[in-house]
Parts: sequence; structure tokens; C-alpha cells
Amino acid sequence: MKFGVIVFPGSNCDHDAFYAVSQNLGQKAEFIWHDSSSLGDVDAVILPGGFAYGDYLRCGAIAKFSPVMGAVRQFAAAGGLVMGICNGFQILVEAGLLPGALIRNRGLKFICREVRLQVETVDSPFTNAAGPGQVLRMPIAHGEGCYFADRRTLDELDAEDRVLFRYQANPNGSLHDIAGILSRERNVMGMMPHPERASDALLGSDDGLVIFHSVLQAVVKA
Amino acid sequence: MTTHPPELIAQHQLTPSEYGKIVEILGREPSYTELGIFSVMWSEHCSYKSSRLHLKKLPTRGRLVVQGPGENAGIIDIGGGYVIAFKVESHNHPSFIEPFQGAATGVGGILRDIFTMGARPIAVLDSLRFGRLDDPETGARNRRILSGVVAGIAHYGNCFGVPTVGGETIFEPCYDGNPLVDVFALGICRKEDVFYAKAAGVGNPVIYVGARTGRDGIHGASMASAEFTEESKQKRPNVQVGDPFMEKLLLEACLEAMATGAIVGIQDMGAAGLTCSTCEMGSRGEVGIEIELDRVPQRETGMTPYEIMLSESQERMLLVAAKGREEEVYRVFRKWGLEASEIGVVTDDGKLRVRHHGEVVAEIPNRELADEAPLYDRPHTYPPRGGLIPDYPPTKLQRTLPAMLAAPDICSKRWIWEQYDYQVRTNTVAGPERTDAAIIRIKETGTSIAMALDGNGRYCYLSPREGAKLAVAECCRNLSTVGARPVAATNCLNFGNPERPEIMAQLVEAIEGIAEACAFFETPITGGNVSLYNETLGEGIYPTPVLGIVGTLKTAEPVTIPFKNAGRKVILLGGIGDCDDTRFGATQYAKEFIHELWGMPPALDMEYERRVQFAIRKIIAEGLAESAHDLSDGGLAVALAECSFGPAGIGALIDLDSDLRPEMLAFHEGPSRILISTEHPQRVAAIAEKYEIEAPVVGVTIEKGLEIRQRTITLGAWEIAALKTAYTQAFEGYVR
Repeated sequence: MKFGVIVFPGSNCDHDAFYAVSQNLGQKAEFIWHDSSSLGDVDAVILPGGFAYGDYLRCGAIAKFSPVMGAVRQFAAAGGLVMGICNGFQILVEAGLLPGALIRNRGLKFICREVRLQVETVDSPFTNAAGPGQVLRMPIAHGEGCYFADRRTLDELDAEDRVLFRYQANPNGSLHDIAGILSRERNVMGMMPHPERASDALLGSDDGLVIFHSVLQAVVKA
Repeated sequence: MTTHPPELIAQHQLTPSEYGKIVEILGREPSYTELGIFSVMWSEHCSYKSSRLHLKKLPTRGRLVVQGPGENAGIIDIGGGYVIAFKVESHNHPSFIEPFQGAATGVGGILRDIFTMGARPIAVLDSLRFGRLDDPETGARNRRILSGVVAGIAHYGNCFGVPTVGGETIFEPCYDGNPLVDVFALGICRKEDVFYAKAAGVGNPVIYVGARTGRDGIHGASMASAEFTEESKQKRPNVQVGDPFMEKLLLEACLEAMATGAIVGIQDMGAAGLTCSTCEMGSRGEVGIEIELDRVPQRETGMTPYEIMLSESQERMLLVAAKGREEEVYRVFRKWGLEASEIGVVTDDGKLRVRHHGEVVAEIPNRELADEAPLYDRPHTYPPRGGLIPDYPPTKLQRTLPAMLAAPDICSKRWIWEQYDYQVRTNTVAGPERTDAAIIRIKETGTSIAMALDGNGRYCYLSPREGAKLAVAECCRNLSTVGARPVAATNCLNFGNPERPEIMAQLVEAIEGIAEACAFFETPITGGNVSLYNETLGEGIYPTPVLGIVGTLKTAEPVTIPFKNAGRKVILLGGIGDCDDTRFGATQYAKEFIHELWGMPPALDMEYERRVQFAIRKIIAEGLAESAHDLSDGGLAVALAECSFGPAGIGALIDLDSDLRPEMLAFHEGPSRILISTEHPQRVAAIAEKYEIEAPVVGVTIEKGLEIRQRTITLGAWEIAALKTAYTQAFEGYVR
């Protein structure tokens, strides 16, 4: 399969995501520049971490207007698999492809730390290769990763089994310990932790690979 | 042209004789703009006029050195067709005046130095020194400076996308009004893609890219070349504001533009901005440069030539392109949304000629301006240090070890490094506090780079020469402890006012110490930075040379600090070492429990140190060590505790065969010592024997607890959790 990795000028985990899916997972990958209006022939698209356009305004607030986001919207509407990691998650909520918001960490500081995530649902193209309740070790690295949503949205996420991951020890104040969520159609996901940084045992963990494997499995089956 | 009043010349920090030299060079009185240009280029910060004579003593050549001092960064061949570029630089003065932006722009400056060479930055380390956080008078301000500096480094590095993988943080009253913020950066590049900051090709266009020029940072270089007074706090407008996103765009665009082959030379605009980049590029290429200031993109209206030339606005680069290929360069910058403007041309007359509205406002020979600043052999007389050896009572290790682990210099700095993204670019094999040296893998070569950044103001205060040698030895030991072979070094020399003979003596002694040790350990100095006038209201800092040393190693699972399994032999490579009252005065123990500083730093035998390092590298290479940690601040007891803080919770039962008094045995800081745990004590012993070093088995790892005995008598026994709590939670208490 082929992953597309979107490159905003301030993306800085683009190469990491590319390396994880191409070298660690062994699949094809290509970069997609932020002013492209098409995603080409990719099977899944990754919005990587970073600071899309500097993020001096709210994270992702400018990125949602970029030309490539039109293409991402169409791709998602057609059922394409979209993964937003860290800044990518922030962009997806700003763009309205996922509900809620990501606000400043409770401690008001940037945190780079390995955390443990509980897989909350395996009924998704991003977690189908994981075991129910499996615990994944991977790092977070963000200043604005506190997931926030109104009560109704939170209830809806729970009721529709759309919470992908929860933190075992909440690092940033996210409501309901939410670390990652799914869209209603379950083909768009966002998560603050970095699976691409946990794709090589040499760097401390390869638990993140289960997420990329899931995507591969979903695409191959489809 | 008019004669400038003496006050104006003095305001520009030029002496009458320096002014005389300017008149001689020009053959006339300088214009106001020229006066400004000379004042920044001949400032201590840019010209190294007090230190240059002595810096020549440093060893700069080596088999792997591709580029030594004189460029934006040093370059070392790491094999496989790749080189690394690295350097350390200080941003001390700005960080005191405005901690967040001062530190942020310090990171920005050193990153530009790296990618100017064509190398992509892949690691940052920082060496930070502040006043005591718990001081009743200055503590609140010091905490504010610390928080600001850390947030500033995090802001810039995290957004730019370079991992901050290690460093050190030290607290002393002498840094109260003068914090030290020294940032090391390292980048990677293909050997044939290295770029130099050299103009060439008469008629080639000179192109300005990046942020627009504003009135910020005017005279920053001169500010960094003066002592602090009460008025300095009013100099906040001299500190620039950093924009890491702009810097990221510049990085990507510059690397891409370099790849087109249309760029001849490139230099960042750092200290002294447009002035420095134009005359230095011209001087290196032995050509002239003519620019028209009207074409310089400006953020404000009505800027004078003086202001444009002296602005230190951040995130700007100057490059010379091949004539006829400008469009290739512009295309790349347009893609990244950056402004690029042709502001001038390379000429054949060796002069920096600056025009404004077509009129020449400055015309100065490049070489004289950039390279022939006055050179001073300032008097240096070394005052006796040492002081009296105080009487100090015996203490109980049971109580002192937990207290020591909570001491500001010793305790975990997790609060700091968790604010840094130390993993971005997915190369961090060993980040903060996992090993003695940070390790970054190089995906392109399959090898790794280890880095250590270290200084020791207390040692250097007592003996700048011995202290500097100890800093070099310690960095090399840090690298060897992770199995890396040290190959090259960079240094940042932080000192007080060189016009005072005793300060100048410290500088000379330290440089000679570094020279001796770097020659001995075969780690040539490839670049660095000198920061003088680190004084506030006449109070100098401790002489603080900071060494950054890099090493190479195979990419592999790192041997980390903590014990992994119970039942392993604990071996102290290098032996328990020796100490006496004189050599105990610089230790952390003396600082925390006696509150004094006296005598001499620990004694270093470089020959022995080298053999210990050979031995540990061999032991690591043969896979014999399960854990490895070198002894430094806090000595053996602190190192043993740190080895016990791993996830497995494994501790040790230690019994030391020594006559030393218990405080010394536990806490002396003699160098050349490394603690390992191993399943193969005989093989380790054989290696130690081969290198003729002591390697006593001092104990065994155990499931629970840490106990330290001296000839069967227990000095202390602790639950690991209690020690770990003291170690991990102390810092949050200090910053609150």
C-alpha cells in the first residue's frame, strides 16, 4: 500500500512518519506538499506532527485553510483513511473532521514523555491489529494536547465507541483521559501520542507499529 | 567628514587608539555609519581581540577535521560519505535581560550556524548556569530567569524540529546577575555538500533572504562585550525576538537552494547582522561586496544606514549566487514563502561599499575590518586561590546521601528536559539522564554520534588550568562510557572582564589547560565562542569554560546507567581513587554541607584517565557491561544511587576497602572512575589488567535497597524509593 504524508511548511515529524511507514513498516510512501489540491493515488494519508504554519495563532487554525485540506476533506468523505498525529490531530479538529478541541496542557508546559495508552476499541482501521485493552507505550510531545469537548460530544464518543486510546496516567488534563478519537464514519482518526516515534525498538518502543499494521491490514482487506 | 566627539567614540566602546587605527585604515575620519560598523566588528564579541592571541594555542587539526575554527561551525568526517557540523555558542547577556527571547534566539543563532554550512541540525544540548533558586534575596528572579530560559529553548527548538537531547544545569551565587546559556548544536551533511561562508566571483549577485530588517538588536554585539550595570536591565530593546517557524522555513529553503548548485557562498546574519555577514564573506573570499540599502527588505520605515547595518533582526541569511542562475534560487525561496532580494554584487576591490539612495555611506576594506581588529596581549597575573582548609565535622552518610541527591546540581532535571522535544527526527537512541552522553543515530550511515557538554566553574575557580583539563577529561569519559570514541571538540569560554589581570589570567590558564587536554585526548577544537565581561556590578562569574565533545560509535542498543539485574558484580573501573583535604574543597559535598570552596580541584592523571577510557570502550564493545555510569559531581555515593533508579528497581550492596574518611570515600570527585555492573567479572578484570588500571569489585547488585559499607561497617542503607523520591522530586520544589 501507499501512505501519503502531508508536508506543511512547519511540519517537523513528516520525515519521521515517512521513515516509520517506509522503513519500519516496509510500505510505499510519498510526501504531499501543502499547496497540492490532490492526494494522488495514496491509500491512506498522515497529517504529521509539527507546527504547520508556526501555530502562533491556535494550533491548526491556519492549516485548516490550506489547499491540501480541501483534498483531505474529499478523501475522507470518500472513505479514505486519514491519520492525524499530534499537530495533525489539532488540524483535524480545527478543520471539523473530528469533534472537540485541543487546548493548552493542564500544566501549561510542553511535555515530552513516554506514556502508556490503553486501546479502547479494536473496531477501527487503526487498531484492528491490536488486542482489546492492549497497552501501548509511546511518547507524547506537545504543549497543546489537552482534549476538550462538551458533555454531549464526550457522551457521543463513548456511546459510539469512538474513543481510540486513553492515557493510563493523564499527562495533560485531557477530559476522560482521551488520547485519540475516531470520526463517526471511523475512517478519520486523531491522536496526540506519536506512534511513528515508537516504531523501532532501538528507540525504546515499537508499540506504535501496531497502528500502522492495522492501517495496512484494513487497506489490504478493502 | 567630521571629527566625532570623544564621547561618541567612547559610546561605541572604541578606545582612542582603536579610533586612531580606524582613521589610519580609511585614510580619513569614519562616517557615523562606519563608526557603527567598526564598533561592532571590533567588539570583543566579534573580534576576539582579547582572546585571539591565546586561542591560537588550541589544537585544531586532526585526521578527521574537515573544517576547523574560522567558519560558522567545525566539521568532522564521520565516514560513509558524511560529515557532522557542530559548535557551541553562548547567549548569556541577552538571557539575563530577557530570558525567554534571549535563550530562544541563542538557539536560533547556533542552528543557523549549522545549516549555513549545508548541514541539517539533528541535535541540541544546552549548558545552563543560574544563581541559587532558593536564595532569599535573588531566588525569585533566578527562578524567573530559569523558567524563561528553559521555555525559550523549548519554544525555539521544539518548533524548529531539532531534538534537545542533553546538557547540564548548575546553580551558584556567582551566576546571580549573570546566567550562562550555552547552546551546542550538531548537524549532518554529505561530505561534498558542505558550504562555506565565502563570497566569490566578481559580478555575482548578493542576495538577502528571510525576515525583514527592523530596529531590534542594534548593538547586541557591543552589549555582549560590556559588563552589566544597573542600566543594563534597560537594554531589553537590544534583545531580539525569535521566530522559529521562519527559521524552519529558512532551513528547508537554504538546504534546497544549496542543492540547486546555484549558490556560491552563504552566511547567516547573527551578531552584527548585515555588517558581519558582508565583510566576513568578502574577507574570506578576498573580494569586495557592494550593497544598496534601499533594497534591503525593511520592517520599519525611515531606518538609517547605521540602523540597517547594525540591526540584529533574527532569521536572516546572506548568500552569493552564480550570476545567471538567480532564478533557480528565487524559485526555491518562493516555494517556501520567503522573501529573497538582490541587494548587491561581488566586486574586485576588496571593499565593503554600502550605498543608501545611491550615495556611498560606508567604504571600508573588508580584510582590515573583519580580520585585523586590534589584538591585545592583556596583562594576566594569577592570584593565589585556595583559601584555608576549614574544619569540617564527620557526618552520617545515612542522612547526607538523600540530601545530596536532592541538591540542585545533582537532582534530576526532568522538569527541564521534559519541556524539550528530545525525540523529534526519531534518532534519539539515548536522551537525557539515560546515559552519560546523549546518543543520536545517523540513519544515513548506520553509525551513531555521542555528545557531551560539560563545564565545572568550581574546579576552574580554584585552578582554571586543572579545571579545564578536568572538563575535557570528563566529556571524553562521558563518551567512552557509552562506548564512543571521542573525536573532536568545541568550546565556549565564559569569563569575566579581561581587562582585569586576574580574569585574563583565568582565561589564559583555561585555554592552555584545554589545549593540553584536547591534544592529549586527540579531540581537536574545531570552533567555539568566547563570552567575556560576564560580570554584574564588578562581580565576576567563576571562570567557566564549557566543553562540547563528540564521539562516534556503532548504532546499537545503548548501555544505560541503571543496574538491570540482581546478582551482578559491581566494579569500579579506575578504583576508589584518592583524596585529601585540599582536593575535597571543590566537591558538591563541600558546597552543600560545608558551604565553602577551597584548595584544589580533584587531581587528574591524564595518562591513567586515558587507560580507563580505553578499558571501558573495550568492555562496552565486548558487551560485558549491563550498566555503566561515570563518577562526577557527588562522587561514588551519588553514582551508586543513580544506578539504582532504573525501572527494575535493582539496588546494590557495596563494601569499600578504603582508609579514606567516610565523607571523602562517599563523595570525593576524583576523575577516571566508572561504575559498571557485569555478569563477566573475570573478563572485565582481564581487560583492566591489560590497560593497567584498578578495577575492584566493590559489591553486588541486589533486588531491593542500596547499602554502602566501609570494611564491613555500614555507612548507610536505604530503600531505593526514598532515595529516588528525593532525587526526582527536589527540583519541582526549587522552581515553585
